[in-house]
Amino acid sequence: MSTLTEAPPPLAPGAPESKPPKRRGRFTPYWLLLPGILWLVVFFALPMIYQASTSVQTGSLETGYKVTWHFATYWDALSAYWPQFVRSVLYAGTATILCLLLGYPLAYLIAFRAGRWRNLIMILVIAPFFTSFLIRTLAWKTILADGGPLVGALNSLHVLDVTSWLGLTAGDRVLATPLAVICGLTYNFLPFMILPLYTSLERIDGRLHEAAGDLYARPWTTFRKVTFPLSMPGVVSGTLLTFIPATGDYVNADLLGSTDTRMVGNVIQTQFLRVLDYPTAAALSFILMAAILLMVTFYIRRSGTEDLV
Amino acid sequence: MPFVNWLKRHLVVIAGLVTLAYLLLPNIIVTVFSFNKPKGRFNYEWQQFSLDAWKDPCGVSDLCGSLSVSLQIAFWATLGATLLGTLIAFALVRYRFRARGAVNSLIFLPMAMPEVVMAASLLTLFLNMGAQLGFWTILIAHIMFCLSFVVTAVKARVMSMDPKLEEAARDLYAGPFQTFVRVTLPIAAPGIAAGALLAFALSFDDFIITNFNAGSTVTFPMFVWGSAQRGTPVQINVIGTAMFIVAVLFVLISVVIGNRRNRQKA
Repeated sequence: MSTLTEAPPPLAPGAPESKPPKRRGRFTPYWLLLPGILWLVVFFALPMIYQASTSVQTGSLETGYKVTWHFATYWDALSAYWPQFVRSVLYAGTATILCLLLGYPLAYLIAFRAGRWRNLIMILVIAPFFTSFLIRTLAWKTILADGGPLVGALNSLHVLDVTSWLGLTAGDRVLATPLAVICGLTYNFLPFMILPLYTSLERIDGRLHEAAGDLYARPWTTFRKVTFPLSMPGVVSGTLLTFIPATGDYVNADLLGSTDTRMVGNVIQTQFLRVLDYPTAAALSFILMAAILLMVTFYIRRSGTEDLV
Repeated sequence: MPFVNWLKRHLVVIAGLVTLAYLLLPNIIVTVFSFNKPKGRFNYEWQQFSLDAWKDPCGVSDLCGSLSVSLQIAFWATLGATLLGTLIAFALVRYRFRARGAVNSLIFLPMAMPEVVMAASLLTLFLNMGAQLGFWTILIAHIMFCLSFVVTAVKARVMSMDPKLEEAARDLYAGPFQTFVRVTLPIAAPGIAAGALLAFALSFDDFIITNFNAGSTVTFPMFVWGSAQRGTPVQINVIGTAMFIVAVLFVLISVVIGNRRNRQKA
């Protein structure tokens, strides 16, 4: 776990990663790669092809499935489930922004202000990982319970009036509303935002802050012009590590939401494991994969950190 | 206004601590509710203090069985993924070879793919091959998604190694095998350990991929998922709390040992 938090070492000049020294044994690297790569090809790449093929098959469980290039499945799946797709992107996007807003101060605190508390805070960020995330997500049912102290406080502060006006909650309830699902998603993926942010913040040379101060920059200007731009690699990988799993998640929507908060993951799960409509499920999963890959590629291009990958 | 100034200066610290509280609140709830004595089948409302669940953590049928299944899978998945991942990491850092870009993307893609997509596509593969879903299909899936994380962890460590150390060993007439065992491996060990720890945590806690490919085998996360439907026994909280304490102690001890070692060196 600690490598996630350790800053990757600076590369020696003249020895970039792409050009390691040449060694004896022409076939050695291939032997080293073979077992692991074979595993990934057979159990990661090949399944993608099977899935693509399943999505254009027709038939039933009794008569068996045949490839009939039935592309209409894609159209049917999209027109039936587009609300769930939109919802997934909206919830995951909101959760990602919240993670960034919540996670940045904590990452900054650990990197620059924690002093001798640094290790302890770091342990506290990572430790929840070791309690099953399902148990922790169930704990939110208690925290957000109807009539509980938190919901009562939000109610008397009229926060719930604002959120119901936004369509995030309904009446006096938080549980089984979009707000509960977003809250759960934010909670579950927050460490994936904090760790890369911390890694890139920790790498910043403290003397840059001093230099900015010497040049009469106010703290906020220093942050805006020096710290934040230098932490961009962490921001980009943090948002990706949060957004991608959050989009496909169905646990939070199932445990904390209602039938009105179903996300695309819920649909894929139901179609695959309960309805047993494999072509539709495969098509939905394929669309989700393509959409994520497109968005990620576009995002990485725009943010100008292609060397990240 | 001294208070406003104080607030301004410590705004980051306050905001950071609020986030930390948000992160830890569920763990506190899990711990507190492990001492609860719920009235109905669900353990969501506080009733009264009781040590019943702590005295009998395996008191619910199948709970400890599922825990043992999860531990076994996590152990073998960690072993497999660490072995395969370390080999790949060494190949990537130490050698020049063709298709390097393709290998890099094949390792990156599983980390950039929503779990549900990998889960669903792997299930189509197993269904097409007519494989019997269960322990082995879960293990195969876990090794697959842990592999990339191990590669990343080990690669970071091996990249930071000074190649001169190995050259020095060779200059002192160490053979390739001796160099590897006596020099390379000890230096790479923290990276490998970090990768293994990450793999164990990921495998033990995985739900989505397991849920698709488990057949009738029940892992601990699947037991928790099922109990969210049927009724949540207090024992779940006991196990969750115990895991949290063990993890924190484990990390604390390793930090203390690390500090002592550093002091001895200095």
